Amino acid sequence: MTDPDKLKLARQFIEAIPHSRDLGMELTEMDDGVAEITMPYDEKLIGDPETGVISGGAVSALMDTCCGAAVMSHPKNLAGTATLDLRIDYMRAATPGQQITTRATCYHVTRSVAFVRATACDEDKENPVATATGAFTVEGSA
Amino acid sequence: MKRPEPVQVVKQRRDAALRALVDGVPYIQYLGVTFDRRGDELTGVLPFDEKLIGNPLLPALHGGVTAAFMEMTAVITLSWSYLWEDIESGSLDFDPSGGTRMPRLPKTVDFSVDYLRSGLPRDAYARARINRSGRRYASVHVEGWQDNRDRLFAQATGHFVMPQRR
Repeated sequence: MTDPDKLKLARQFIEAIPHSRDLGMELTEMDDGVAEITMPYDEKLIGDPETGVISGGAVSALMDTCCGAAVMSHPKNLAGTATLDLRIDYMRAATPGQQITTRATCYHVTRSVAFVRATACDEDKENPVATATGAFTVEGSA
Repeated sequence: MKRPEPVQVVKQRRDAALRALVDGVPYIQYLGVTFDRRGDELTGVLPFDEKLIGNPLLPALHGGVTAAFMEMTAVITLSWSYLWEDIESGSLDFDPSGGTRMPRLPKTVDFSVDYLRSGLPRDAYARARINRSGRRYASVHVEGWQDNRDRLFAQATGHFVMPQRR
């Protein structure tokens, strides 16, 4: 279990990130190495003007925030975190107009590195839009 | 012998093409990314802005912004090289009034970012190198730096599906 006070601070930290706020991200779950964040569709995120599909870059920003939140919520990580490496696989175009939901799981933590996997879906939960795998720093371990 | 084109005509044509390519993407506008052009070489420029911060305590650029900036630099550089001959021959004419139908952009298959140091709260630059570009797929490497060209803050590799000519 993650200490509730630490979790509250981590949640406040994630919710205060200027870029995440600017993209309308909302933290819907965060505990024990798992985080879920939603991001509404917005025309400013469009990467393909012809179809209105949002840019892969916007999905990257969401994935990165969500993976970071998962690491910060893990009981073995006592402070903040930084991305060491993040790889995103884009499976299909997100349907224009739909909200994106990302769920990240911190599946292994060593003294210095946290390994994370994440999936992003639009309203069709059966067919992910993108998946990510990343390595993040672990700070302040005992 | 054919006289070489006046330099202003060449510059005007290339800059109009680049503008049409970049201005058409709302997300590039949102991030505030612009491209410097020297001949056919492009450098992505990301001017610092408060809304790009990911860690307010340091403060540092958001890792997602870094990823997005590098990916946009890869996509634009790839399109630019793919369209270059058509721009030069004049077969792709970019009407400044906006009547031209823009060519489709390459689609990202995967993108992997290596974060070497934290992004400082100042302007960032990126340049992409196309390692392989075939009819269907391309592999691109991107380097990102801030104050010193030799001290990269991030590098990335991505694979793309090329648009089909129409």
